[in-house]
Amino acid sequence: MTRNAALAALLVGLALVAPQVALADTSITLQGSTALLPLIKDAASIYQQAHPDVKIAVSGGGSGTGINLVAAKAIDVGNSDILAPAHPELVDHKVCVIGFAVIANPNVGVKNLSKKQIQEVFGGKVTNWKEVGGIDQKITVVNRPRSSGTRAVFTKTLMGSVTATETGLTEDATGTVVDVVAKTPGAVSYAALSGTRGKGLLELSIDGNAPSDENIYDGKYPVWSYEHMFTNGPPSADVSRFIAFVTSNSALVKKDGYLLIREMKVKEIDR
Amino acid sequence: MIATQAKRAHAQERIATTVLRMAAGFVILAMALLLIYLATEGLKLFVVDHFSVFAFLFSGDYQPDTHPGAAIYIVGSLSVTLFAICIGGPFGIAVGIFLSELAPLRMSQILKPAIDVMVGIPSVVYGWLGLQLLVPLIRNTTGSPGFGLLAAGIVLSIMILPTVITLSEDAFRSLSPTLKEGSLALGATRWQTIVRVLLPSASSGLTVALILGIARAVGETLAVQLVIGNASQFPHGLLNPTSTLPTEIVQDLGGAAQGSMLEHALFSMAFLLLLIAMSLILIVRFALRKRA
Repeated sequence: MTRNAALAALLVGLALVAPQVALADTSITLQGSTALLPLIKDAASIYQQAHPDVKIAVSGGGSGTGINLVAAKAIDVGNSDILAPAHPELVDHKVCVIGFAVIANPNVGVKNLSKKQIQEVFGGKVTNWKEVGGIDQKITVVNRPRSSGTRAVFTKTLMGSVTATETGLTEDATGTVVDVVAKTPGAVSYAALSGTRGKGLLELSIDGNAPSDENIYDGKYPVWSYEHMFTNGPPSADVSRFIAFVTSNSALVKKDGYLLIREMKVKEIDR
Repeated sequence: MIATQAKRAHAQERIATTVLRMAAGFVILAMALLLIYLATEGLKLFVVDHFSVFAFLFSGDYQPDTHPGAAIYIVGSLSVTLFAICIGGPFGIAVGIFLSELAPLRMSQILKPAIDVMVGIPSVVYGWLGLQLLVPLIRNTTGSPGFGLLAAGIVLSIMILPTVITLSEDAFRSLSPTLKEGSLALGATRWQTIVRVLLPSASSGLTVALILGIARAVGETLAVQLVIGNASQFPHGLLNPTSTLPTEIVQDLGGAAQGSMLEHALFSMAFLLLLIAMSLILIVRFALRKRA
């Protein structure tokens, strides 16, 4: 009996002490876009080395998830490829510019597609690569889920009013898409350049313009967007410091395959 | 001295009874709350958004924010489950017969822990193995993308095996030994005894095994989501990518704003899954009562 009482006292004691131990450190949680994920992850690991008292938890889930969670105050920062017009309470912190590539399996035999051809391929009108100048191979469209910011940017800048076909696959993260397209013959999809470069994939030119940094800065290549970090109302001092660290770190932004806002010669609405 | 000891024992007994009663009450309360919550949220699609139940169940046109017809996912769920039970069911029952009637002691001592381990493997591991081994295999042999009904069905067939095996073995073991002895005494061979005497006598127990296998298959989410391809289209072939109710819920959950039609539709899908699970359990109870 006494032993039980001692055990109970110990448990109660732990329960009282544990939260205070956790509170001694600052913790920041971020979730959302898998397109922005590589940059935030790298930034978080550098930042935590310099500030050992700060714990940063970063995960994906998609832009829509990030916006919904930060609007519900479940996380500190929601990362997104798109704006959040439905949530006026969210404060936008623009991080950088990101380009998206139309990616294909390297063996399809096509290097360039016109915007119209892209609409036909993703709309399901063209179903074989030979119809757009490639090899005789069935096209497998790999889509992103509806909550994906990448899908929203792709639809807005390239598809216009054409609806994407639902007959292909749907994969829910940039990394998975890259993996599936690399392994599936005839596969085509779209993904952030930060996730596609150096993965041995075919990044298609659109109307003759390759998805290079210069073409995006000059406005010749249309598939890009601003990356946003949303906070619910003004951020706390700790969160604010981390956001400033990410947005001001031009070297890291460039190294991870993103573009600098100040070097853009065109504005988002010009497209 | 003795009186105090008796008093103490009484007190302990009272406390123990109260604690156990509270635990049982908590389970009932949690279950009831879950049901009420899912029902109220799941019916909002029809009551608040005025979407028709008929269109929800039978329309394949899935427009998340205007017209969430769930027929694709209902058909998808039924197809993979049917596939899984057609492969995993007979196979599981066969292993059950083997374990209860034929296996030497040494063999069942190895097999039974192996089956227990199969139960303990998390579903993400099954899905991951399916993605790494099965999808490339199907892709290379058929030239299809590899993701689809076939891959999901095979993964599920394996996942339901332990349930079906364990329960069908129990069904055979619970039969009276006089059945088997009588049959053998009349000159029937071991095979004749199994097929003509034991299988029919164990039929209600085997029904339970199959239905709980179905219940396992119909709700499986992660393993299926990894290999089924998650396309919003009816499966018109084994190699077709499609979606099921649970995989579509996971897929769209992140983007569903609170109070939106999409969120209501996802709750309706979850509620439908709960109704399916509950009716399966009711069938099981019915089958068990028949046996008793």
